[in-house]
Amino acid sequence: MSIYLPIAEISVNAFIILGMGAAVGFLSGMFGVGGGFLITPLLIFYNIPPAVAVATGANQVVASSFSGALSHFRRGTVDIKLGLILLSGGLVGASVGIYLFVLLRSLGQLDLIISLFYVIFLSVVGGLMLIESINSLRRAAANKPTSFRKPGQHNWVHRLPFKMRFKRSKIYLSAIPVVGLGFGIGVLTSIMGVGGGFIMVPAMIYLLRIPTNVVIGTSLFQIIFVTAFTTIVQATTNQSVDIFLGGMLMVAGVVGAQYGVRVGQKLRGDQLRALLALLVLAVGVRLALDLALTPDEFYSVITTKEGF
Amino acid sequence: MRLSSSAPVKCLTAFFALLWSGNLEAADEQLDIGISTNEIAITSDFAGADLTVFGALDNADQFLLQIGQYDVIVALEGPERKTIVRKKDRFFGIWINRYSMDFQPAPASYSISSTVPIDRIAKQIDLSGRTIGIEHIHLNASGSIGDGARVAEFRNALLRLRVASGLYQSEPVGVEFVSSSLFRATLRLPANIPVGRHKLRAFLFKNNEYVMERQLSLRVVKTGAEQFIFELAHKHAFLYGVLAVALAMFTGWLASVMFRRD
Repeated sequence: MSIYLPIAEISVNAFIILGMGAAVGFLSGMFGVGGGFLITPLLIFYNIPPAVAVATGANQVVASSFSGALSHFRRGTVDIKLGLILLSGGLVGASVGIYLFVLLRSLGQLDLIISLFYVIFLSVVGGLMLIESINSLRRAAANKPTSFRKPGQHNWVHRLPFKMRFKRSKIYLSAIPVVGLGFGIGVLTSIMGVGGGFIMVPAMIYLLRIPTNVVIGTSLFQIIFVTAFTTIVQATTNQSVDIFLGGMLMVAGVVGAQYGVRVGQKLRGDQLRALLALLVLAVGVRLALDLALTPDEFYSVITTKEGF
Repeated sequence: MRLSSSAPVKCLTAFFALLWSGNLEAADEQLDIGISTNEIAITSDFAGADLTVFGALDNADQFLLQIGQYDVIVALEGPERKTIVRKKDRFFGIWINRYSMDFQPAPASYSISSTVPIDRIAKQIDLSGRTIGIEHIHLNASGSIGDGARVAEFRNALLRLRVASGLYQSEPVGVEFVSSSLFRATLRLPANIPVGRHKLRAFLFKNNEYVMERQLSLRVVKTGAEQFIFELAHKHAFLYGVLAVALAMFTGWLASVMFRRD
């Protein structure tokens, strides 16, 4: 069944889009990530203009993060104070990101930068996760205790000024790295159309040493607002949010996520992380190949006033 | 005062010119065209369409008509749009857009149909002068061109890509006479046809010489929900963004309620 997307201005097969949404939703439920970093490249592979893919990806993440954050609220695993401080950096970062987005688009380098960002972040995060999970699998095989967070162990982050007390997380931490992390993720949200959970969660655990139980809920909480903000600003400045495309992805995604969660609960944490790492790396490699291999077509046409 | 006195002289010259041409053409053929609709709607399942144009040829010389000396060309020109063509080049191992050229507004789509291939109807210079045929669409570079030698290269690439995507297409034998004076032209409209005002042009040639041209205007519009969404996204962009977020939150909330297990 083909359906015409009014903003992307192309006809797509509705079942392929629904399938993509369901598959990514399943994986995001299984691994506990937003799925934006998978949906945007998939849409680009399916010839959706990158500008539309990024903006619509951000819109889709609003749905999945809102759904996830609600269940974390019920369990009380959200540190609102920490979330708000992350958010203050996130909103500034998202604004800067949108500015860069518009600039790059006028220079004709937007597609390149989107791909480069994906290649760099997916390879680095995927690589680090793979190493960490393999080590963890090895330790498990040797029957050694596994632990991520070593209490009492401090790094340079904990020597920074402007310290604040976060009651819910039971930590005493400088606001500077929190705002900085929020800012960085905010930029990525605008340019890559991701929630940034796949970077934020490891950064909060390993760098800021925030207890694991509040990390996911808190990051989801702030992702809702940053992606919602990004969606509105993208819609206002670039008119590149496709509500048809986003709607299909959201509905399929939230349903797929429910089944993913069930499968995810049956797998062990380190196995899950190793699988996710492989998936992340595979998407990164595919995008890197597109950049490095000689293209079939050297020229591209942009018709202004409408379309992308 | 001098300006106003020259006006009647011009009128008179034009009048004599008219008389003169009337004397030369013993039979002044008339071309007329009609379409069943002046609006083409793009629906959610639009996959391209055929536009049929009917036309009549009056006062034609029956003998010349029999031996096929009358030729008709029908073309649908899309709305004029500015265009940028970019070229990729290898830069530190990756392929990036390194060169670009801007083109002045030109039809974003073009579909042409004729009784016989157009290069057999008229000389290149005639076709070019009247902008008939894909090769003769005015694609002029604008702004700082830099190396002028590259204009042809980028222009050819633009033509090639538009032909490949179906935006520019030609049907060399798409016009046929259904009776001695009636003809039917079929124009193929691509699925990605741009919305806006299109110009339908029909040309009559006799003995490979231009006789006359007729023009009609045609609108291509999106319909229903597509139109509504498109208008909302462009005219009330902020509201649209808020709506997109509300939809996302509603979907997320609904899912968390429906699948709630705790």
